[in-house]
Amino acid sequence: MHFEYQIEGGNFTRAGFASSEIKKMLKQLNVDLAIIKRTVVATYEAEVNVVAHAYSGTIYVDVDEKKIIIKLVDEGPGIPDIEQAMKEGYSTASSRVREMGFGAGMGLPNMKKNADDLKISSEVGKGTTVEIRMRFSS
Amino acid sequence: MTVAEIATILDANIITGHDRTDHLIEIAFASDLMSDVLTLKNDNVLLITGLANLQTLRTAEMSDIHCIVFARNKKVTPEMQELAEENDIIVMECRYSVFRTCGILYQAGISPIF
Repeated sequence: MHFEYQIEGGNFTRAGFASSEIKKMLKQLNVDLAIIKRTVVATYEAEVNVVAHAYSGTIYVDVDEKKIIIKLVDEGPGIPDIEQAMKEGYSTASSRVREMGFGAGMGLPNMKKNADDLKISSEVGKGTTVEIRMRFSS
Repeated sequence: MTVAEIATILDANIITGHDRTDHLIEIAFASDLMSDVLTLKNDNVLLITGLANLQTLRTAEMSDIHCIVFARNKKVTPEMQELAEENDIIVMECRYSVFRTCGILYQAGISPIF
């Protein structure tokens, strides 16, 4: 099954809307609740990052009987140094993002902890792609 | 401890979830940083926070948190209330500080996560 969701950069009122829709969809598919939680926490962190840093983005979700693949593709400034961005405590978030309760440099490390596989690729001046993979059986 | 009992000892105002005041709470976590909340592995945690915005509700939704106490007299906006109702999240407003709220709940037997 394939689903797509749009993310609007800078719109904090809607941040989390796509992750919420994905959670509802996974629940309807009777996915294990612990897997749903890890999936949506990682996706929500990624969605907030798109809202916080990019101009726009799309989430592509593919689910089959063995796995969930969630790909967030954004148009934005990109990440110059992914290794540095993965370090806990490193953040380039604005004061507005911090006011929302984020921007402590914990998002990317937490995505890695929750996802079974996490891939990040980025091109400065173009955008970032984050791929979250979850497996149903270990 | 039930939500009704918690509301009584905190002198808190229940905003959403009036029909679920018998919901049982055993553990709680206090933070204004939603990134910290999103690292919790436990389910059914009571969140005590002074951060009142839509992302507090979204964070609770993603983390399977079913009950939030907004301390420091923070107010729940109609948009927050709507999102709480949509996701069956019980929301309370409390005029006490986060420190006092935690102290009362700890004394009453609510456990910390770590």
